[in-house]
Amino acid sequence: MSEPSRSDALEALAASRWRVAAALTLATLVAYFGFILLVAFNKPLMGQQIVPGLSVGILLGALVIVTAWALTGIYMLWANGKYDRALSQLRC
Amino acid sequence: MNPTSTTGSQFGQPNATAIFFFLLFVGVTLAITYWAARKTKTTSEFFAAGGGVSALQNGFALAGDYMSAASFLGIAGLVALSGFDGLIYSVGWLVGWPVVTFLIAEPLRNLGKYTFADVVAYRLKQTPVRLSAALGTLTVVSFYLIAQMVGAGNLIHLLFGLSYEVAVVIVGVVMILYVLFGGMIATTWVQIVKAVLLLAGASALAGVVLFRFGFSPLALFNEAAQQYGAQVLAPGTLVSNPLETVSLGLALMFGTAGLPHILMRFYTVPDAKAARSSVFYATGLIGYFYLVTFILGFGAAVLVGRQAITGVDKGGNMAAPMLAEVVGGTGFLGFISAVAFATILAVVAGLTLSGAAALSHDLWSSVVRKGQAPEHEQLKVARLASLFLGVLAVVLGMAFKGQNVAFMVGLAFAIAASANFPALLLSMAWRNFTTNGAVASMLTGSFSAVLLIFLSPTVQIDLLKNTSALFPLKNPGIITMPLAFFVGVAVSLLFPEKEASERFSEVKHRMHVGAGKPAAVPVPPVPSVSPGPAPHPTATKA
Repeated sequence: MSEPSRSDALEALAASRWRVAAALTLATLVAYFGFILLVAFNKPLMGQQIVPGLSVGILLGALVIVTAWALTGIYMLWANGKYDRALSQLRC
Repeated sequence: MNPTSTTGSQFGQPNATAIFFFLLFVGVTLAITYWAARKTKTTSEFFAAGGGVSALQNGFALAGDYMSAASFLGIAGLVALSGFDGLIYSVGWLVGWPVVTFLIAEPLRNLGKYTFADVVAYRLKQTPVRLSAALGTLTVVSFYLIAQMVGAGNLIHLLFGLSYEVAVVIVGVVMILYVLFGGMIATTWVQIVKAVLLLAGASALAGVVLFRFGFSPLALFNEAAQQYGAQVLAPGTLVSNPLETVSLGLALMFGTAGLPHILMRFYTVPDAKAARSSVFYATGLIGYFYLVTFILGFGAAVLVGRQAITGVDKGGNMAAPMLAEVVGGTGFLGFISAVAFATILAVVAGLTLSGAAALSHDLWSSVVRKGQAPEHEQLKVARLASLFLGVLAVVLGMAFKGQNVAFMVGLAFAIAASANFPALLLSMAWRNFTTNGAVASMLTGSFSAVLLIFLSPTVQIDLLKNTSALFPLKNPGIITMPLAFFVGVAVSLLFPEKEASERFSEVKHRMHVGAGKPAAVPVPPVPSVSPGPAPHPTATKA
């Protein structure tokens, strides 16, 4: 009798994965296009130096790269842990 | 263009160290190919290394596929000549990777077999979908190959003093050997060796540069600001048109998720978990590499000087090798030159293999032979296709000699983002997607991207020397990508396909659960006429 509830659970799990994926994709888009739009519309700010040699633009650019990597890491940890555990419980 | 500006420079001269390191690289990789050739007996081994590549190995191989000589030399040159603007490129080239991880990597691994067309065609009609997917793949691969081959010819001419033609032939022959005999197993290991060499070479170079500035990048940037003015640390002219930048950004972000040779890498790992992890490793390696390249660019501006750099190559492409010579002498120049050469070899090998997969798996096995081709025939066609593409790459490299082909990389990304990505995403995420919708979306994406680039200032003004261009943007992504999505959705709604939506549940199940077979059991190859691609025989360890 567990068949329908099992496929429901799988459906819910699949939906949760798409939600996490969509949220993280959105975060990446915001970080990247936020950076690009600042470059396009606020050049003086990006050129301001926080300490000699380090402009706001360089700091933010490096941060976008690090953020992109960190978001990938967050997804990997979530999916390889929580998601895969739930999936393997459903599978057997 | 023999340099006389830098005194005692070895540029354009046959350099013993460069030739030694290059021969060493070719020797080692051909030994790998010999070893791999004996393990390459099935199509799964030829196209997907038998699914036996580990996540870390695939991470390095993905990074190797992506870090082309263009990004190494090109970004370093751009930073050297215009400072901060180079970082905008680095950021843009990296941000596609999270999208690949979140949306593409694991469904692709779970649904497909060798090419991304497997996924799009999973619940749709095989023939039309595979025909249009192969068209998109081959267009992307051809443009990317031309850019690489022409780049290789020029680069090797400058670095080694070989003639352009000889360089193109060497690249072509060695690359054909890798792909023809070693298939994906050899190509993967060539990418790994190359990625390690490139990362090590760039890190060593950056280390030597930073040593002179007390290991402080900020001191280096500050020195650049002293020499060239504070504006080197601020956005310059690259982003003069925000719309243009957003368009380029879209193409780079979603183009990465549509590049056939990148997508193909996800079939080499055993499961979805390894697919995710491998993109995480790749993203870290590529991000690190771009940050290092940024330091190299500033290092070259400060230690070599802009005038000397443009004296050798107007585009600034020689900034990193010249920096190597200034800080480490001829030996270091030789090493970096050999690494750049090796980089091109590896990238063209990956491209050729993905083109061969489209020709033999999508066109021959699925369309011509309707899945009835026996294993040995598929393998033979795959090898013939590799040989054909390798020869074609050499011919195209010769034909485009002296042309400015930088825009072709942008074009490849624009087509990948417009033709491949929308159809791929819709087929995985939308129940009502249909065969007609997929075909219309892929064809619209390919043709609109090619047409708009033809009408763009890059081709009309820079190449054809016209005074104006019909289409104002250099990159069409902002128009063509939404257009491909829109056409895909509209055509699907206009012509519903009952069978395709009925089979969506199966797609969803398989996409999340995987093939549903224990990984340890080897599965015999199933003829791919059945809509569901066969699971990998994961038992074979590479």
